[in-house]
Amino acid sequence: MKKIRYGMVVDTRRCVGCKACVFACKSENKVPEGFCRDWIVEEVRGFFPDLKAEIRSERCNHCSKAPCVSNCPTGASHFAEGGVVLVNHNKCTGCKACMAACPYDARYVHPEGYIDKCTFCLHRVKEGKDPACVSVCPTKTLHFGDLNDPDSEVSRLLKTREWKVNAPETGCEPNVYFLV
Amino acid sequence: MKRREFLQISGGTLAGAAFASGFTTKWWGLDGDPIPNPGTDGTIVPSFCELCFWKCGIHAHVKDGKVTKIVGNPDHPLSRGKLCPRGTGGIGLLYDPDRLKKPLLRKEVGGKQRFEEVSWDEALDFIADKMKTIKKKYGPESLALFSHGFGGSWMKKVVKAYGSQNIGAPSWAQCKGPRDVGFELTFGDFLGSPEPIDMRNAKCITLIGAHLGENMHNTQVQDFAEAIGNGADIIVVDPRFSTAAGKAKHWLPIKPGTDIALLLAWMHVLIKEGLYDQEYIKKYATGLDKLKKYLEDKTPEWAFTQTGIEPEKIVASARTLAAARPRSIVHPGRHVTWYGNDTQRSRAIAMLNALLGSWGRIGGYYFKDKIKLAPFPGSMYKFPKSTKPIADRKKGAIYPFGGESLAHGFRDATFPGYADYDIKAWIVYGTNLMQCLPDPEKTKEAIKHLDLLVAIDVLPAEITGYADVVLPECTYLERHDDLWSAAYTEPFVAMRQPAVKPMYDSKPGWWIAKELAKRLGYEGLFPWKDPEEYLRGRAEASHLSWKELKSKGVIAKKKREAQTIDEGLEPSFDTPTGKIELFSKQLQESGLDPIPVHRPPDEPPPGYFRLLYGRYPVHTFGRTTNNRFLSEIFPENEVWLNARMAKELGLQSGDRVMVENQDGRKSGPIRVKVTQRIRPDCVYMVHGFGHKDKRLRFARGRGASDSDLISKSAIDPIIGSTGMNVNFVRLEVAS
Repeated sequence: MKKIRYGMVVDTRRCVGCKACVFACKSENKVPEGFCRDWIVEEVRGFFPDLKAEIRSERCNHCSKAPCVSNCPTGASHFAEGGVVLVNHNKCTGCKACMAACPYDARYVHPEGYIDKCTFCLHRVKEGKDPACVSVCPTKTLHFGDLNDPDSEVSRLLKTREWKVNAPETGCEPNVYFLV
Repeated sequence: MKRREFLQISGGTLAGAAFASGFTTKWWGLDGDPIPNPGTDGTIVPSFCELCFWKCGIHAHVKDGKVTKIVGNPDHPLSRGKLCPRGTGGIGLLYDPDRLKKPLLRKEVGGKQRFEEVSWDEALDFIADKMKTIKKKYGPESLALFSHGFGGSWMKKVVKAYGSQNIGAPSWAQCKGPRDVGFELTFGDFLGSPEPIDMRNAKCITLIGAHLGENMHNTQVQDFAEAIGNGADIIVVDPRFSTAAGKAKHWLPIKPGTDIALLLAWMHVLIKEGLYDQEYIKKYATGLDKLKKYLEDKTPEWAFTQTGIEPEKIVASARTLAAARPRSIVHPGRHVTWYGNDTQRSRAIAMLNALLGSWGRIGGYYFKDKIKLAPFPGSMYKFPKSTKPIADRKKGAIYPFGGESLAHGFRDATFPGYADYDIKAWIVYGTNLMQCLPDPEKTKEAIKHLDLLVAIDVLPAEITGYADVVLPECTYLERHDDLWSAAYTEPFVAMRQPAVKPMYDSKPGWWIAKELAKRLGYEGLFPWKDPEEYLRGRAEASHLSWKELKSKGVIAKKKREAQTIDEGLEPSFDTPTGKIELFSKQLQESGLDPIPVHRPPDEPPPGYFRLLYGRYPVHTFGRTTNNRFLSEIFPENEVWLNARMAKELGLQSGDRVMVENQDGRKSGPIRVKVTQRIRPDCVYMVHGFGHKDKRLRFARGRGASDSDLISKSAIDPIIGSTGMNVNFVRLEVAS
């Protein structure tokens, strides 16, 4: 059996940018006031009345070649089950090397002194549940699963729909995909 | 294996979990890197939401007497396990430090008025005494109840027992009333909430000013996204490039106030090109010939001169509409009190749906179903009958069609001599009249004529500042309410129950009403000890399992076999002709337009813009703007200004301006959002900001209040509702 590689597929056509994902994450993960682990980007191009819009729900890309992991001096940033990038709070000194390395600005300093970010809700995933953002999403914009499993919903979506990733030029091999 | 078991046991409490993970990683080093678990799972209490009036099913997670998180109830047909951001944000309401904590009584000390914290006994005795005096002096009808929200049902009973029928909500004449009447005049059936629209199966969805996605009625947005996912065409008619417009095949940036012209031109194209559902119209509708004749000159070229939408775009979008029929929904909208012609515009929307054959069809409007709820066994209370008419309009004013009372009319009837008799007392439940009725200055004036103003709410608001007595209700997460039976595709009965005990000295609405009824001597109005006895009694009398209802929060029936014509349901139309009325004789007989007529709107004076307002997905009017959890993402509103106009005015995004309307009413300061996403002749702001009440420590002074700028309203001649998009504003750099 192939190794699990967790990934997320974000359907930008369905997303209305309501931010249910942001709030569900904040309450599920007790994200402190003033911070969030996922966020909405709304891009509108053109001039009145010829306009185009794209809305993306973004978060840590859990890159396969994660520069935050390779740049972490203490080993706090690491690959956990399914390739999910986690930060071990006990090992983290809050030096911010990972924040400087991350091309997606996905990390923040938790008021308790360690670096924090999206965990793909691995504590839920281990119980067979979806991450909180996926679970709450009223538009079913967010899909989560094993990218190495050809029959998973995420794999099927990537096979049948056009997609892109954010900042592919960095070579980090991000695991969050955007259907366009 | 043994170590794993040990973890599970010690992980029972938060402190234990922290200890265990530290222990394993640092001391033994066996665990490597732990998977962080925030531990927000708790005991689940199923209930339903009250952050907006859609009322989704929720699961409140409770741990150590606190609600840790709120998620969607998978068994509930309206949430299907999902929530909008506000639903999750219920915790921000529950733990809002600015909540009303104790009853407040206005007292005069040393010539100065102030609120004093009093006991419930003192507050309720005061109200009951006043109510008795007012009844003696002016009659029971002089009391009006403004009530918005599901918890108001208890106080309604008290007011009815008192002898007044003057009960209303701004959700009618300041919101969806015209739409329900427009559809009823056409199809003989009203829409209600949730609207019976099968968007999920639609192939084309047309939104006239409705901004789904910014307006987050959960199930509707779910269905809207599902339709998009299925490749449905979206048509959006809106002066603003809304979120939905970003999904649209056709975005028609219409000149505000000219929608009827566009709707008529669309109907013109459907008829001229023979694209309408001829078989359906022949079978179910009447008045086609008169409509055809009327529409002859309502060409796309004519509509272009009114709406600013190019004729080619009108024709192309009409063909998109028709290509998908009957699975082509022209959405009825919800907040539709815009220009005073709103019932006619809603009727035009209904007629367009009729031509598309979408009423009573899969992917269109379906015929809703409802579970009948029995009353509580043995409740035989005899409500007194009033001989007086409802005092919600000017003496002699006739609005020939309607449904509910006019909330602004009760306010106006507070001015002596305005209505058939004077209103002398208000009970205001869960609605900030200063932000939901047009012309708040007039509301303040009206209050001066009152003998009693009682406000019942969870949070302070501008209206509570004018009350004689303020009663702190607990939130929906701390109380029972009545059962809710909803007409829906899968009809259901939902139950609200407390997740935690009421905080502070707040009390549930049922308790407040019951205690007041006791003091007023209404024995037998609430013939039960506690709400569970009442709810159980009603549920069991309705043949619903109490156990299931309590443990799941909802009992839903399966969708009936046929709820559309396509599935074999024979439709009936409760109109005078028994048919869909494209020509309305009953309107004609009342001296009103039998077919909607487009009348050009007033133009803004030079230098002024038409003020438009709407929603943002994380907020419900002014009710959530103090919610620190939700407001973190959107703490203040902005005024949207077309980029070209901004250049002319020398304004940039982020500049702070005061907004002033045609009558010199001002609000702000508010930041400017310079954007390509709006027409140059109007500005837009999200409703519900610009709070002034000091006790709203977070929301106060953030952004501007559109309500303060709505001094003018256009009265709909059919139902008497207030069109509020008729104000013009200019922007002035804030000093």
